[in-house]
Amino acid sequence: MATKNFDLRSYKGFRFLTILCLVILYAPLVIVTIYSFNDSKSITIWEGFSFRWYIDMFSGPESAKFKLAAWNSFVIAIAAATIATTIATLSATSLVRGGMFRTRTLSLGLISLPLMVPEIVTAVATLIFFNTIGFDRGLLTIVIAHIVFCIPFAYLPIAARMQGIEDSYEQAAQDLYASKFQTFTKILMPLMMPGIISGFLLAFIVSLDDFIITNFVKGAGVETLPTAIFGSVKQGIKPNIMAISTALLAVSVMFVTLSYFVSKSEQKD
Amino acid sequence: MAGANIKSGIATDTYAKERYWLLLPSWAVLLIFIVVPVAIMMVYSFLTKEFRGGVIWEFSMAAYDQFFFDRGLFGDEPAKIEWTYLNIYWRSIWQAGLATIFSLAIGFPTAYFIATRDAKVRPIWVFLITIPYWVNLLIRTVSMKFLLRDNGPLNSFLQMLEVIEEPLHIINTNLAVQLGLFYSYLPFMVLPIYAAIERYNFSLSEAAADLYASKWQTLRYVILPTVKPGVIAGCILVFVPSMGAFLAPDLLGGAKNFMIGSLIEEQFKGNAGNWPFGAAASMILLTMVLIILMVFSRQQSKAQEA
Repeated sequence: MATKNFDLRSYKGFRFLTILCLVILYAPLVIVTIYSFNDSKSITIWEGFSFRWYIDMFSGPESAKFKLAAWNSFVIAIAAATIATTIATLSATSLVRGGMFRTRTLSLGLISLPLMVPEIVTAVATLIFFNTIGFDRGLLTIVIAHIVFCIPFAYLPIAARMQGIEDSYEQAAQDLYASKFQTFTKILMPLMMPGIISGFLLAFIVSLDDFIITNFVKGAGVETLPTAIFGSVKQGIKPNIMAISTALLAVSVMFVTLSYFVSKSEQKD
Repeated sequence: MAGANIKSGIATDTYAKERYWLLLPSWAVLLIFIVVPVAIMMVYSFLTKEFRGGVIWEFSMAAYDQFFFDRGLFGDEPAKIEWTYLNIYWRSIWQAGLATIFSLAIGFPTAYFIATRDAKVRPIWVFLITIPYWVNLLIRTVSMKFLLRDNGPLNSFLQMLEVIEEPLHIINTNLAVQLGLFYSYLPFMVLPIYAAIERYNFSLSEAAADLYASKWQTLRYVILPTVKPGVIAGCILVFVPSMGAFLAPDLLGGAKNFMIGSLIEEQFKGNAGNWPFGAAASMILLTMVLIILMVFSRQQSKAQEA
């Protein structure tokens, strides 16, 4: 990191503010992580290091509720990310490999629509929609709502990856009488795989993280991890919540890191 | 088909024949589950409320009337302007604006610093800034609440340093909400500004220095105007989600610091809500956001032409 810059480029205090920025971003997360190992029923007093609240996570009085919520979150995230990634892959093939056509810009706008509409508005609209068509709220409504906002997150890395692949491979395959379907599954898909994995991982985290939309479209009695945590935090922060939060935090960081290295590793070859 | 016209800009055309079929799933999902729902929501905002949550299918302007006008307790007095909801919207804009200013004040220097690092280490810095964004927003907000509590780590730390004697009451104040919003969306400020500064040609700074501009003058009159699109993009990415945020105001602000998100959420909770009113409040928020995005995209395309 010992890079020498022109003096002209550097501004006094910018280095300090950058460090401050990172401290602000990480301090709350680090502190909660530390306190999740606190051997105390109180969240204020430090009484020594222990795994007590992590054991509580699996066998404590609230463990059944949170285990079910975690399972729901996992199932929803897998389903939503898988479907969203499939849809995003097909869309990217059309928009990057389909030449120029009139509805191309419109399609790109439609795919980024879930990013532009405020989350709370999407939540209200989706709730009203399911209510109007008389669809019972439950796991399925959550999965459908998640697919919608996962599509743009899955699309971006997949499209970016595909733009980096020259189409000479496909041309060669087709010259050798491969069908379009074979060209797609045997040539394009393997080349795109890092983008697809990266897109899937991002969609998975975004689904796992969602609170607002889930809170609106979940039926009574169906909880995901974020909605269960929110319900519990409303009555005050408890130590078991800090352990659960830290575990979820670790999962998110792991997935992002994985996604980062997957998309980075492929740039070298 | 294949073989012809290999390099036509960014897109190639191996799958030109199938392009509409490939797009069909995303069009279907997004039309049915976001475009149609928003349209239905608009219709709902003009319906009559049912008392147990839900609507009666009868046209009514009652939701918008309730939002903008005060006609007294029994609805028979001359209409005055209703300030309750306008104040909530105004407070949301104000809070989001302050959070944006905080983010810009710390995000710009950070973006600049990262963009002037060696090209090899830049991705690592960017990655460090992005990680917190991918951590659950709820968990980040809860962490902030934990940190800011009256007897939380921040206060104990300041007391230990003897900066303060009594704990600061930050939680349940406007400041806590601003900090929460700032913390939620700070990475959004850094990334677009970083992208703009990375493309900035530093020979412009050298030219300015040759013409006796001070470093701060160079920043103000040369760098800032050049990277302005990135700065505006960052501000919008922080401001827009802050305005409709629910978690930060709800968990950090308490009942007194109500924002748009909480107002809307309340209309759909249990049987006490008012669905047409919630739909109308959502429509008003959506309209505000779309206007901001339209003005922004027009400015961006103007900047590209120039």
